Amino acid sequence: MTTVIRVENLGKRYRIGLVPQKYQTLSENITTVLGAPFRALRNLRIAGQPQPATRNLQYAIRNTQSDHIWALWEVNFEVEEGQVLGIIGRNGAGKSTLLKILSRITEPTEGCLTIRGRVGSLLEVGTGFHPELTGRENIFLNGAILGMKRAEIEHKFDEIVAFSEVEQFIDTPVKRYSSGMYLRLAFAVAAHLEPEILVVDEVLAVGDAEFQKKCLGKMGDVAQQGRTVLFVSHNMSAILRLTQESIVLEKGRLALRAPSSEAVDYYLSAGNSKSGERIWDADGVPAEAAPFQPIALRLRDKAGNIVDTIRSTEPFSIEMEYSLAAPLAGLRIGIYLSTARGEYVLTSFDTDDQKRFEKHGSRPAGHYLSRCTLPPDFLNGGRYSLGVNASSYRIRRYFMDEQALSFNVDTSGAPGMQWAEPRPGVLRPRLEWQIETT
Amino acid sequence: MTKTDLRPSNPSLRSGQALQPSTIVIRPSKGWTALNLRDLWMYRELAFFMVWRDLKVRYKQTLLGVSWAVIQPFMTMVVFSIFFGMLAKIPSDGMPYPIFSYVGLLPWTLFANALNNASRSLVSHQNMVTKIYFPRLVLPLASVVAGVVDFLIAFLVLIGMMIYYNLIGVTHLTLRWEMLTLPLYMLLALVTALGVALWLSALFVKYRDVGYIIPFLSEFWKFVSPIAYSTTLVPEKWQLIYAINPMAGVVNGFRWALLGAPTPPDIRLLASVGVALFLLISGLFYFRRMEKTFADTI
Repeated sequence: MTTVIRVENLGKRYRIGLVPQKYQTLSENITTVLGAPFRALRNLRIAGQPQPATRNLQYAIRNTQSDHIWALWEVNFEVEEGQVLGIIGRNGAGKSTLLKILSRITEPTEGCLTIRGRVGSLLEVGTGFHPELTGRENIFLNGAILGMKRAEIEHKFDEIVAFSEVEQFIDTPVKRYSSGMYLRLAFAVAAHLEPEILVVDEVLAVGDAEFQKKCLGKMGDVAQQGRTVLFVSHNMSAILRLTQESIVLEKGRLALRAPSSEAVDYYLSAGNSKSGERIWDADGVPAEAAPFQPIALRLRDKAGNIVDTIRSTEPFSIEMEYSLAAPLAGLRIGIYLSTARGEYVLTSFDTDDQKRFEKHGSRPAGHYLSRCTLPPDFLNGGRYSLGVNASSYRIRRYFMDEQALSFNVDTSGAPGMQWAEPRPGVLRPRLEWQIETT
Repeated sequence: MTKTDLRPSNPSLRSGQALQPSTIVIRPSKGWTALNLRDLWMYRELAFFMVWRDLKVRYKQTLLGVSWAVIQPFMTMVVFSIFFGMLAKIPSDGMPYPIFSYVGLLPWTLFANALNNASRSLVSHQNMVTKIYFPRLVLPLASVVAGVVDFLIAFLVLIGMMIYYNLIGVTHLTLRWEMLTLPLYMLLALVTALGVALWLSALFVKYRDVGYIIPFLSEFWKFVSPIAYSTTLVPEKWQLIYAINPMAGVVNGFRWALLGAPTPPDIRLLASVGVALFLLISGLFYFRRMEKTFADTI
């Protein structure tokens, strides 16, 4: 096996912008002003000693340099020829930045990357599509943009058209296409790109379920042909299906490289979520969340204890603690419950109820707790994850964490436990059966 | 096509430097970097497709279509002829004023459109810049080249005008060997436009102010170029300074080659060419230097 990608000490620093952070309160304002000379001094000291020993310190205080953020930090890994490697991580963990560097869109700030072979990157489908051009013309244009040769496109043209299922409309300007047709055509071109190394970012999240299945199938074929694929996705079942091995990125650092099933488990249970409680520090929340400030998400059992394993036969509650620095209109706190594989179980908002919606339509500044209770005999055994979201419908999303907390459901005492077999399905309700003799 | 077809047997499919067949090393580049025109050559098909797309799309869903390529210089010529030619009676090297000004407006329109489109090319293709790798130079280059077609169409009208003035006996224009130099003057206009556009397009990525500067710069430049008037109006002692503007050299050259105006190539043209090359080379290096940050700052 030859190494086709070697990533060494890769780091990427972004400038957040010249605008200083908005000050919420006077006291914060004062500490920021008073703290500035000390921070400057600290930065100066660090700059003076670039030895490896100070690197961790440098990393630790990276956020105190308020105008910079390290999107990637000392990332090292290698990929062998023919390997399909998954890349997983939360939003902002550096996945997209890594892909952008791999596909040469942006340069690293430090470190080095060696690639053997032609890289095709699909960070988005349909880049360069022009609405006025016909499907046929866009295939050629988009193919060229993705780095295909004209002869190559001509060679594969019929295949691309067949895959996209838009044969009849191939000479119609794409502005007349439905969005589904547009995406199908765009993906069809991209899917026929045949580089030695393929870098894919979430492009499968397009089109209807049928087409998504087809896309996943195509991705599987690509992997079968022995080409090297780097695959980023939030869809854990796609990761498990397409990749044998994955890396997990956490806040720009490589947290783990392991067989995909292990990596997915790690990812789903990572963070502060082992204890049944997820706490957000003030500086761990993106600035754009303001005036919303998440404090904690907790899982409590019947007795009110914070737990990371709940019993399937007992009710449990989920509570979200947060504060508002300013009044917010139309705020709703949502929870997303999903399985470890990433399939949604349910979504619920604290103002789903009409009366509560009217009463809490607008919330003044202050400290809040939104709590809901889930019924007993509801979930099947296994691992689940909980996401939160704070938004004002059609106005703005303040905060979102898709994997805020994960927990186990224990099925002791649940219906059917006399048989020790695993039971498929997400729910484990206690149903009323009648058995009649006729 | 199988995998082996894409392997080094097809050298044009390889990317980047020749460290090993198709091996590239990505590391932070510091300061001024090499131009890497080889990479640009690899992506020549993309440049071709960008030009082709530009041409295909330009006059779609317009009523007058390709006639817009003619209307722009022609209407300006009419306005110039009325105000500068008939009313202000600006001397036109002994030629009828309409043909005199149209010959100036032709390369000017080519230059101004190329400058405008190329300067905006990076920002107007933001999506491509942030999602795909390709030598960014492709974008301004393709914008400049796409303007040539409009120029050729507008040129046909000039031929018509020349025949008309000959028929009514006002002029006695003939085919001259000097006309063979026209492509070179055209090239000078394009090189100047590209040189300035490389600076502006790279600056545009960071500072959107450039969007407001372009029309102003273009208008200003138009008046310091001998389009509505003849270079011979400029006092002798200022001639060399005047020639620093490469477009003066281009317009003078066009009038000399087509109409036999008394502005043959001389030391002044050399100054124009020198300035144009300086703009192009400095622009290329500046563009290359800024290129690595385009995707982050755009």
